[in-house]
Amino acid sequence: MENKLIVSSSPHTRTPETIESIMTDVLIALFPVALVSVLLFGYQALLTIVIGTLAAMVTEALILRKKDIFGDGSAAVTGLLLALTLPPAPPWWVVVIGSVVAIGIGKHVYGGLGNNLFNPALVGRAVLLISWGTNLAGDVWALPQPFAFTADVSAVTAATPLVTQDVTLFELFLGNINGSLGEVSALALIIGALWLFYKGHIDWRIPGGFIGAVFVLGFLLGGGAYENALMTGLFHVLAGGVLLGAFFMATDMVTSPVTPRGRLIYGIGCGVVTMLVRLYGGYPEGVTFGILLMNGLTPLIDNLTVPRKFGEVKK
Amino acid sequence: MSIKTFKGGVHPGYFKSLTANLPVVSMPLPEKVIIPLQQHIGVPCEPLVSPGDEVKVGQKIGESSGFVSAPIHATISGKVTKIEPYEHPLGRPVQSVFIEADGQDSWHEAGGGTQSLADLDAGEIKKIIREAGIVGLGGAAFPTHVKISPPADKPIDTVIVNGAECEPYLTADHRVMLERSEDVVFGLKAVMKALDCKKGYIGIEDNKPDAIEALREACAEEENIEVIPLHTKYPQGAEKMLIEVITGRQVPSGGLPMDVGVVNQNAGTCVAIAEAIKEGRPLVERVVTVTGPGIEKPANVKVRLGTIVREVIDYCGGMKEDTRKLILGGPMMGLAQPTADIPVIKGTSGILVLTEREVVVSDIRPCIKCAKCVDVCPVNILPNFLGLAGEQGLIERSEELNALDCIECGCCTYICPAKRPLTQWIRIAKAEITARRNKK
Repeated sequence: MENKLIVSSSPHTRTPETIESIMTDVLIALFPVALVSVLLFGYQALLTIVIGTLAAMVTEALILRKKDIFGDGSAAVTGLLLALTLPPAPPWWVVVIGSVVAIGIGKHVYGGLGNNLFNPALVGRAVLLISWGTNLAGDVWALPQPFAFTADVSAVTAATPLVTQDVTLFELFLGNINGSLGEVSALALIIGALWLFYKGHIDWRIPGGFIGAVFVLGFLLGGGAYENALMTGLFHVLAGGVLLGAFFMATDMVTSPVTPRGRLIYGIGCGVVTMLVRLYGGYPEGVTFGILLMNGLTPLIDNLTVPRKFGEVKK
Repeated sequence: MSIKTFKGGVHPGYFKSLTANLPVVSMPLPEKVIIPLQQHIGVPCEPLVSPGDEVKVGQKIGESSGFVSAPIHATISGKVTKIEPYEHPLGRPVQSVFIEADGQDSWHEAGGGTQSLADLDAGEIKKIIREAGIVGLGGAAFPTHVKISPPADKPIDTVIVNGAECEPYLTADHRVMLERSEDVVFGLKAVMKALDCKKGYIGIEDNKPDAIEALREACAEEENIEVIPLHTKYPQGAEKMLIEVITGRQVPSGGLPMDVGVVNQNAGTCVAIAEAIKEGRPLVERVVTVTGPGIEKPANVKVRLGTIVREVIDYCGGMKEDTRKLILGGPMMGLAQPTADIPVIKGTSGILVLTEREVVVSDIRPCIKCAKCVDVCPVNILPNFLGLAGEQGLIERSEELNALDCIECGCCTYICPAKRPLTQWIRIAKAEITARRNKK
């Protein structure tokens, strides 16, 4: 046995956690969200989710020339997240293009895992929004048909509550509304987020800053159809993609700051840009652009928010 | 019981139950010892004996004129067979004195001590500690008499006994505090007297309630000594963390504990000081935790310095077949060894043997910027960026990122899901930065 003694630098013990286990935890956290979307939008939602996730995994496996299509799990997360930002029944090729762009251009042109500047899923979504926007904007959003798995939900569509502002906050919370697959149920999103908090993969700063900024700006500037400013603020938090973005997109480890102060600033920035687009911009929803813009600022934020080191002598 | 803590840190598996309840046993005297002439930080010693000389236990066999140094003593009685370089736990061969036992265990100037503290002044205490060859037994092995001789412009008002023992697996300090409580307190009082210092603390992680209890009893009469239970979290025993938790003071970046008026002493060191003063015994043995899943019968063993690690392991039933790592110290900061044929030295707090199951060799993956390392870093630097800089050999960038503030606790490497050896890269960068500075 002596000649098998391994000599390496300390520490000699490691956490069992791996990139794979973190990605698996994110997939677990997204399960309730995906489940609710299938319950509400039936087989079409399931197809969109499966196509989006598989297309991303296959694209990554091709780029890396690996047969193991799950790999580190990050492509599955990207594909699933992208699918969850889409309407229930977009054309299948739109989903595929989104996933290919997300993995190819969003991630691997930068050098793959860990090196991308922008959230890959949102890069995919932004390209779809700009290039095939008629599939993702206006009144294309299918109304839910709960527990009718085989129904063709795309037959009845409308604009989302973010535009119509005609649903109650309670409906927004539960999710029996139309919208992107993953954004409709605040409850499912919160359950998933609790899992990520519990596992220590996200901390309060990014979602707290994001949601806080959306609420405050909604409260102050929201105007709109709700009885009072408080409810309007809550409406802006619950409607659209804020919770999906705040818990699952903005918190993407690779594309968010590492410093504690940086995370808070970044989260607030995401919320502010989101609200500026919603209230004054050309699109009804600003989550995608809010996060992408702050992704771009992440290296700068990290550089400007280096923590005070232990025992730092004041100059 | 107020529990105090610090920012960051990790909770690795502790595995202390393997040996925590096992009283210290004395290993039978070895047939031979190999005593390195450097077992401390500082100037190596020159041999005072020659091959063929007869030596007795406690006889000084190595000495240096340097201030930052500590003399070396014979640890068994017998005959010096040779003096030549031999493998050393720190990796490079060191000039060592080989002694073959005569089986007598006869002591040099036996029982020269029995002094009480009241009869000694500060200078005498320091002299006894120096002559006894006492160094920090927590692992760093910094000469104790140097530590308690701060320059005049650095008054010390607090002495802290480090009984945290935050390294997983190790229980030597735990047992010492439990079994030698009186001597821990005696050693602390001696250091306080040497420093003319009024306040003493004993900090112990709260996973050792019996040690906390024992020391509270032992210093019940001492008005100016307080036992402080500490939150069980690694690296609670790092001196900067310990000082902050107990005194609220932060050792300045690049500074030493004395810059905030504090001197730390390991619990085992206190006992060595007590033995030197009370019994006139120099440092010839220490308690070593021999443990880990690769050891047949884990134990806390009192070992003569210079005993070959292999013999200590054999005394504890030997290494198991699937052993993969032999570590001197704990799993977080200990040094992995290529062979068991090395001597136990003053800084050897543990002999840890890990098997195939615990030693997982993982590929280094790309950093996913999860920032878990940032969150656990107790000195608040950014290990992820330091890792990227270190991986590419960007020394200046590492320096900008405060590589020199790293205390090498290993938390970042421990927590990294991408299995990046961050601590190792930072260590390399630190060595290079220091080398470049010394060149200037």
